[in-house]
Amino acid sequence: MSPTLLLLLALGLGLAGWLAARARAWTFRRASSSGRLASLPSYHAWYVALWIVLPVVAFVAIWSAIAPGLVTQSVLASPAADQLPAFGFQRQTILNEARAVATGAANGVFNPLAREFIEPYREAISRYNWIGIIVTLLIAFLGGAYSFLRLKPDFAARNRVEKIVMAILLGASLVAILTTIGIFVSLVFETIRFFGMVNPIDFLFGTHWAPDPMANAANPDPTRYGAIPLFWGTLFIGAIIAMIVAIPLGLMSAIYLTQYANPKVRAWVKPALEILAGVPTVVYGYFAALTIAPAIRDFAVSLGMSNASSESALAAGLIMGVMIIPFVSSMADDSIAAVPQAMRDGSLAMGATTNETIRRVIIPAALPGIVAGIMLAISRAIGETMIVVMAASTAANLSANPLESMTTVTVQIVAMLTGEGSFDHPATLSAFALGFVLFMVTLALNFIALRVVKRFREAYE
Amino acid sequence: MVTKVHENLENVEAKMSARDVSVFYGDKKAIDNVSIDIPTEYVTAFIGPSGCGKSTFLRSLNRMNDTIPSARVEGQIMLDGEDIHSPNLDVVQLRARVGMVFQKPNPFPKSIYENIAYGPKIHGLAEGKDELDAVVEKSLRRAGLWEEVKDRLQDSGTALSGGQQQRLCIARAIAVDPEVILMDEPCSALDPIATAKIEELIDELNGRYAIVIVTHSMQQAARVSQRTAFFHLGKMVEYGRTSDIFTNPIEQRTQDYITGRYG
Repeated sequence: MSPTLLLLLALGLGLAGWLAARARAWTFRRASSSGRLASLPSYHAWYVALWIVLPVVAFVAIWSAIAPGLVTQSVLASPAADQLPAFGFQRQTILNEARAVATGAANGVFNPLAREFIEPYREAISRYNWIGIIVTLLIAFLGGAYSFLRLKPDFAARNRVEKIVMAILLGASLVAILTTIGIFVSLVFETIRFFGMVNPIDFLFGTHWAPDPMANAANPDPTRYGAIPLFWGTLFIGAIIAMIVAIPLGLMSAIYLTQYANPKVRAWVKPALEILAGVPTVVYGYFAALTIAPAIRDFAVSLGMSNASSESALAAGLIMGVMIIPFVSSMADDSIAAVPQAMRDGSLAMGATTNETIRRVIIPAALPGIVAGIMLAISRAIGETMIVVMAASTAANLSANPLESMTTVTVQIVAMLTGEGSFDHPATLSAFALGFVLFMVTLALNFIALRVVKRFREAYE
Repeated sequence: MVTKVHENLENVEAKMSARDVSVFYGDKKAIDNVSIDIPTEYVTAFIGPSGCGKSTFLRSLNRMNDTIPSARVEGQIMLDGEDIHSPNLDVVQLRARVGMVFQKPNPFPKSIYENIAYGPKIHGLAEGKDELDAVVEKSLRRAGLWEEVKDRLQDSGTALSGGQQQRLCIARAIAVDPEVILMDEPCSALDPIATAKIEELIDELNGRYAIVIVTHSMQQAARVSQRTAFFHLGKMVEYGRTSDIFTNPIEQRTQDYITGRYG
């Protein structure tokens, strides 16, 4: 029986509990002289329903994680298990085949030995299914009985439900945090494995990037794992070229929208600008690769660079800059709008023009928010992959010439992971080290941005 | 209804004069046909219950209502005989001549020094650092704040106490050497001690600048002003010497307001 069915069962039981508890609360209400309870009947109902559903959900989550292991264990306890190869790939294949037939996912087996295990699997699966159903019913019954017996006319079900809801909300936010921690931990382990093969110093400070997935995994050439060209490409495209485009344009459009535009224009322009943020990055990539990059190459050729590449850092950076204009402008817009009207009035009443007021009072006051927006935009830009893949190529050049092709950390991560290499080869593992560095950098940028925003909030208190 | 003007007023020259001024917010008339002369020699107080339009009228005197898109002013307002709505008159210049202090202290989030130097810098009133220093010191002295802040001119203006912030804003207004200072309930956010200091300051500035103060407190109007105008429902009901308005009002509504019957 699948977890879905167990959950449906729980929901059905929960509904039954809900109805029963509500009916019970109504009898309290009718019996009481004042016709009033400490909580409304629906709160009694929810209290019981949650006590039935939540423990079952918790059980199903745990059960679906451990049940397959239990099934396998009981299969291995069967007499046929002695014929299995001791360890390794083949043993696993046989067991998987048998399981597929037992659950109806496959019709026949390739390996005759697997046939021996089909029956034990069937038995074990049905046995554990029954155990699952029985335990589910038991838990639902216990939870329901416990909560149902607590119902009294003066029972504070309303407050209990409030607490349970709070716990659910807390759980929801923990999921995101735990996921982040999980991502971090998995990155760290793979990164440590990589640094066991390639010296971190060679990786962080080497200037030549050409990992060879076909080379001998046991003895990698550390001089081919220098990531500086990637860091430079990332910085050059994401933090320099893109920002040269995005900061002035984003800032100026924010100033126009908050200070000059009349409400009708603002109502049109602001959403239109925010559409930019919703365009899939692949579409930006097409535009960069098919329109902008050839134009830049033609321009470079006309300047006399006969070998100009059709893939350039400039093309990728320009389009990336356009892509993140909404990030810069909407943060700047918010922080400019957060500058109190009193500041503006104060300056205008001194005889300052709107322009002077913006330059000397509003922008300085909004600066922390603007800076935070820029940092978030940078961390978005350096994590961007598609545009660079399509417009700036995968060649790791260490060059300050924006017309040359370059590559970034994210592009190389994709290249390393989608290659032919196996997961214990340093070329593949280098993707994790690159991801780790990227993660740390964007984490630091976000952290700084949040700190800056926090200081900004205190400014007018 | 016509404004009742007490007849025993001295014949002094008006610094600003309003004739038949009406102010609209969209279709709503907030000020209805107000005419008044504001002399340099005296402090003029606008009193009246909340929503009577006294602040709206004050803001029309230096065209701060221009910053509200739906606001529209009709009628004539003159500064030294010149129409402030005339296309020849630059609103930026007007506001340099008619300064304003707001209800809530609004120092810029800059240093005390920069707060004062702001106006002189944008209007080019001081050449070089020494002259600017002198303007800052003079303005702070006039606002009675110098002794308290002279050792921490580089501290943020927002770090001062509420009363000090408001005096900083007055000093900031003084620094551009205006002819008229409009004060929109300058003490409503302050405690009694800070209020007393501001009132003392208004007394000292009286005569040097034409001062118009909007106030919610009748006691304050009685203490600091020599002329009082009583506003009610967008109209100016009565105008005269402060002593006459408070002891000898003509209109029943003025009588009712100053005796605390409403407001």
